[in-house]
Amino acid sequence: MTHPTCPACEADVPIPDDAMENELLACPDCGGELEIISLNPLELDFAPEVEEDWGE
Amino acid sequence: MRVALLITHIRAEEKRLIEAFHAQGISPDIILDRDLHFNINSGGEQLAPSRIAWQEYDVVFERCVSTSRGLYTLAILNRWGIRTVNSYQTAAICADKLQTSLALADADIPQPRTHVAFAPDSAMQAIDDVQYPAVLKPVTGSWGRLLARVNDRDSAEAIIEHRQTLGSYNHHTYYVQEYVNKPQRDIRAFVVGNRTICAIYRSSPHWITNTAKGGQASNCPITTEIDEICIRAAQAVGGGILAIDLLEDENGNLLVNEINHTMEFRNSSTPTGVDIAAEVVRYTLFGEEVLA
Repeated sequence: MTHPTCPACEADVPIPDDAMENELLACPDCGGELEIISLNPLELDFAPEVEEDWGE
Repeated sequence: MRVALLITHIRAEEKRLIEAFHAQGISPDIILDRDLHFNINSGGEQLAPSRIAWQEYDVVFERCVSTSRGLYTLAILNRWGIRTVNSYQTAAICADKLQTSLALADADIPQPRTHVAFAPDSAMQAIDDVQYPAVLKPVTGSWGRLLARVNDRDSAEAIIEHRQTLGSYNHHTYYVQEYVNKPQRDIRAFVVGNRTICAIYRSSPHWITNTAKGGQASNCPITTEIDEICIRAAQAVGGGILAIDLLEDENGNLLVNEINHTMEFRNSSTPTGVDIAAEVVRYTLFGEEVLA
């Protein structure tokens, strides 16, 4: 299975079998927080920056 | 039943919730808050991003990480008579620590001594009254961000100056609490409707115990006292699906520190053995009656 690459460091990012669109992932190399924008075609992007009102 | 799950993105919690909905034979429509667009002059017949009219939904379950997006959406949907979990009323209180404290005070529920002021000089007075060490918190905020333990007057003056100069207007509401000398842990209890379903200790040598900041989770047995204070606190803010953060003071008395209305629970099902997602989904679908 081909892995998409991290938009920050271009490392391969393994996608779990039960992955969902808009799921957050961490790049295994640079640790950057990424979001699965689309599963088909497979597309990653940087996860949105945490904003001051984000939380529980 | 037709369910919408309103999210910012999918985290471990949302994944479990979706699985729990599937276990109930329900496939919720996933709606991203970044796609929301409301015409506030028309009502629930307006189409959601799912291309279904909002009023077609039996319930909208709000799981936004963005507090403001979640709150305003709840406000709009509740005005259109659409059931949401949680309600706007509950979310609006829980999203603001001062509103939460007022609701707890109204219901005589124990909480740390709390003062509030709106300008530097009166904030200094509030901190002096609470006595050192004190804790300064932003009224809106989460994950232990921008909490300050104020050990003496010098640090109080510095923190106030920084907030007054650097912070936006909501940092000019000085919400000051006594520092509770707790036993290197706090308690997070999960309330679903009128039941405290489970609780964890969050242990940390640091005075901020959020698991987001490294606190370690372990099971906390639900004593009668924990159950009672949690149910009363949940009712005081309007009820629903809530995470109640409790502090144990030096005499073992419980104090309500905070209440969270879009609770995180990824670290809590394993140590407690309670399927929190399943409990939450059942409440969202069936409300109180079935869960007695």
